[in-house]
Amino acid sequence: MAMAIGMKLAGRAGGAAMATPPATIRSISSWWRNVEPAAKDPILGVTEAFLADRSPDKVNVGVGAYRDDNGKPVVLDCVREAERRIVGNQNMEYLPMGGSLKFIEETLKLAYGSESEFIKEKRIAAVQALSGTGACRLFADFQRRFRANSQIYIPVPTWSNHHNIWRDAQVPQRTFRYYHPESRGLDFSSLLEDVKNTPSGSFFLLHACAHNPTGVDPTEEQWREISNQFKVKNHFAFFDMAYQGFASGDPERDAKAIRIFLEDGHLIGCAQSYAKNMGLYGQRIGCLSILCEDELQAVAVKSQLQQIARPMYSNPPVHGALLVSTILGDPELKTLWLKEVKGMADRIIGMRTTLRERLEKLGSSISWEHITNQIGMFCFSGMTPEQVDRLTNEFHIYMTRNGRISMAGVTTGNVDYLAGAIHEVTKS
Amino acid sequence: MSTAGLCLSFAFPSVSSRSQKYCKVSEIGSSAFSGNVTIWNANRISKIKYSGPKKTRISASASQFDAITMAPPDPILGVSEAFKADTNDLKLNLGVGAYRTEELQPYVLNVVKKAEALLLEKAENKEYLPIEGLAGFNKVTAELIFGVDSSVLMEGRVATVQGLSGTGSLRLAAAFIQRYFPGAKALISAPTWGNHKNIFNDAGVPWSEYRYYDQKTVGLDFDGMIEDIKAAPTGSFIVLHGCAHNPTGIDPTPEQWHAIADVIQEKDHIPFFDVAYQGFASGDLDTDASSVRLFASCGLELLVAQSYSKNLGLYAERVGAINVVCSSADAALRVRSQIKRIARAMYSNPPVHGARIVANVVGDPMLFGEWKAEMELMAGRIKKVRQALFDCLSAKDKSGKDWSFILRQIGMFSFTGLNKSQSDNMTEKWHVYMTKDGRISLAGLSLAKTEYLADAIIDSFHNVS
Repeated sequence: MAMAIGMKLAGRAGGAAMATPPATIRSISSWWRNVEPAAKDPILGVTEAFLADRSPDKVNVGVGAYRDDNGKPVVLDCVREAERRIVGNQNMEYLPMGGSLKFIEETLKLAYGSESEFIKEKRIAAVQALSGTGACRLFADFQRRFRANSQIYIPVPTWSNHHNIWRDAQVPQRTFRYYHPESRGLDFSSLLEDVKNTPSGSFFLLHACAHNPTGVDPTEEQWREISNQFKVKNHFAFFDMAYQGFASGDPERDAKAIRIFLEDGHLIGCAQSYAKNMGLYGQRIGCLSILCEDELQAVAVKSQLQQIARPMYSNPPVHGALLVSTILGDPELKTLWLKEVKGMADRIIGMRTTLRERLEKLGSSISWEHITNQIGMFCFSGMTPEQVDRLTNEFHIYMTRNGRISMAGVTTGNVDYLAGAIHEVTKS
Repeated sequence: MSTAGLCLSFAFPSVSSRSQKYCKVSEIGSSAFSGNVTIWNANRISKIKYSGPKKTRISASASQFDAITMAPPDPILGVSEAFKADTNDLKLNLGVGAYRTEELQPYVLNVVKKAEALLLEKAENKEYLPIEGLAGFNKVTAELIFGVDSSVLMEGRVATVQGLSGTGSLRLAAAFIQRYFPGAKALISAPTWGNHKNIFNDAGVPWSEYRYYDQKTVGLDFDGMIEDIKAAPTGSFIVLHGCAHNPTGIDPTPEQWHAIADVIQEKDHIPFFDVAYQGFASGDLDTDASSVRLFASCGLELLVAQSYSKNLGLYAERVGAINVVCSSADAALRVRSQIKRIARAMYSNPPVHGARIVANVVGDPMLFGEWKAEMELMAGRIKKVRQALFDCLSAKDKSGKDWSFILRQIGMFSFTGLNKSQSDNMTEKWHVYMTKDGRISLAGLSLAKTEYLADAIIDSFHNVS
C-alpha cells in the first residue's frame, strides 16, 4: 500500500514529463473510413466559394448578412458604445442555464409588446438561446421530448437549415404550400387549404416577417385569416422571427403577425435572433419563448428547456446578452438602435427599387415587380439553378442556387453589374 | 423568504443513474431568488400565489404542453442557485468548479482584460464565424493540447472544431459517435462529471461505467479500471479525464497511463479525452497535457474535448474545441466536415468573442507567458488551501482518521468521501454547499474559512451516517 502511495506521489511530483512511449506504434488503420465528406452547406458554402474567388468583379449576394453601401460589414454605433461600456467591468461567471434574465426581459418586450400582459403575468417560458438556430433547435428537441408523436409543418420553401434542425431533433417533417412561383407571391388559397387539411393540433413553423428565402409575407388580413383557421383547427404556431425591424424598418410593425395570434388567444412559440437586426451575427444571441397557460406551467416548461440546454452547451454565452441588455435597457441607446435598424432597412428598400428600375431599363421582358413587392433581406428572383450557375461561373456573382438574392449585398457600386448579369442569363 | 424548508435531497438525478423522475411543483419561490429557480419541498404542498387576479381569457387552444412537469434542478448548477438563496452569513459555496480568489471573488485574469482591451481597439466586425469556428483559435488550441511540434499537427491529421466550451465540444463528439458508430458504447468513469451521462443520453449514445474510484483507499481502483476497459465490447469509446479528474481529483500515474493506453490499443477502443483543467492540475500546461500527448504519440486515433472556462476564466463565454486525431489528413478533413454538419443544425456557428480572446492570449508570446504565470498562481492558491485543509483536519480530528488522501488528489476538487446524508448535513447544518457525491470545490475555499470547513467535515463524517 505504501509502495502504491509512493508511486502515486512520485507521479505527482510536479513537472516530470512522461517516459517515452513504447517502440511499437499501433498500425494505422483508421476508424473513420466510413466517414464521407459532407456536402457543403448550401448557404454558408456560398461565402466560402466567394472568398476563394479572385475575380475583382465578384459579388456576394449569398448569405443574409447586412452590408453597407460599400459592401462592408457593419457594426452598429449602438453596439460599439455598448461594447465600450461593458469591457473590463464584468466577471465572466456562468450565466444560469436559461441565460441572462435581463436579456430575456428586454427581448420578450420586443416580440410580445412592452406592455404585454403575458409578461406581467409571467406566462412566458423563455430561455436565452444560440441565436435563431439555437432557439429553433431547443424548440425542436422540446417538441420531440414532450410531443413525441407530432410532426412539424414547414413552408415551401424555407430557410434550408430548418430542415437540418428538425431532422437532427428527430421530428418528422411535413410541408405546407407557401410560395407561388408564377406570381412570385403568396399562394394563399393553397396555404389555407393545407392548414385546413392537416390533422387538428398540428405544429406549424411560420416566418413572422420577411420570409426567408422568398421575401413574401402574408398581408395583415391574410394573417388574421390564418390565425382564425389555426383556431378552428387548434394548431400550434411556432414563429421564427429572425428579421424583426429589418422588414419594414419598424420592429413593432414587423411583430404584427405575432400580435394578431396573441390577440386571438393562441399559445405560441417564438424564436428570436439579434444576428441581423443588431448585427450580432457572431455573438450567437437569441431567445426561445413559449407562451403557457399560467405561471406554474411557464416555470415547468422553462425548467425542461434548461434540461435540454444543459447537455448541449450547459449555459449560453454572455457577451451578446450583455450587449443587447445594455442597448435595450438604455433609452438613448435603444433610440439609436431603432434609428440604425431603420437605416439598414431603408437602404435595402432603396436597393430593391434601384435593381428593379435597372432591369426594366435594360428592356427585360420579364416582370420584376416582385423585387419591390417582396420584403426583408431577400429577393426570390425566380431564376433557375442553371441560371444561377451561369451567374456564378460567368459573372462571379454568388448566391444560393434557389435564386435567392440577398439584397443586403447589393450596393450602388454593384447594382448595375448585377442587373446586367441577371438580364443576360434570363433574357433567353 | 427563508430557505429553512429547503430540501434538495430528493429527485436529483443521482450520479450513477439518470432518474426520469420529475417532481410536481408544489411551491414556487418568490423574488428572494435572483435567478428564477424554483425550490420545492415534497413534504409541503402549498398553492402557488399569483401576483394578481388572473384575467379570464378564452384561449384559442389549451396548451399543448399541459402535462409537463417540473424538471429537477441540475445537481451541480442547482447548488449555486440554492447557495444564492441562503441568507446565512456563514454560508460557503463549494459547489460549482469556478475559481475564486482568497477573498472568494470571481477572478478575471489580467491577460483576459488585456486581450479584451486589444479587441476593443481592433474594433473587428461581428460577422458569422465559419461553422468550424475561428481559424486562429483552432490553430492555437490544437497546439496547446498536442504541443506545437506534435507530429499529428505537422501531418495535418487533426480535425479541430470550435465548440461551446467543454459541454458543447463533448456533445458534438457524442453526436458524431452516434451517427457514425451507431450502437457503439461510451465508457465513463465511476464516478464522473454529472453532465457526461446527460450528454451521451441526449445524443443517443449508450454508455456504461468503468470502475475508477476506490472508496477504501480513497484512490484509484486501477485493476478494476483495466478489467472493465478490457471487458468492454471492441471499439468502445473510453472517456478519460486528461488531468484533474472531476469529481475525485484522482489521476492515474504516468505508468498507469501507459498501461491504460496499452489495453485500449489491445481492445481496439477509442480514447475520448475530456480536458477541462489543463494548467489547473499541476500548474503547468504541458505537464497537464501529458496523458493526451502520450496517447497521440502511440499512434492512436483519439478524441479530445477542451474547455477554457476554468484555465482562462472564460466560463460564460463558452469557449472550447473538439479535436479528432485521425490516421490521415484526408480522414481529418472528412471528419471535420461531418462535425460541422452537426454543429450547423445545433447553433449554426460558434460565438466569436471568447474565441478571439483565446486566440489573442495563446497566440501572443508575451500574453501567453503572462497567462502561464497567472495559471501557476491560481493552481498554487488551490494547492495551498488543500494543504491547509489537510492540516486543519489532521489537527482537529481526534479520531485518528487518515485525511492524507486530500493531499494526493489534484486539481480543483476534493472528493471528501462524505456520503449523501453527510453532504446534506454540510448544507443544512453548516451552510456549506457542495454536490451530493461528496465533492467540494477547493477553488471556492479561502484560507480564512478552512477551519470552519474542517469543523463541518469532521462533524458530518463522525456524527451523521
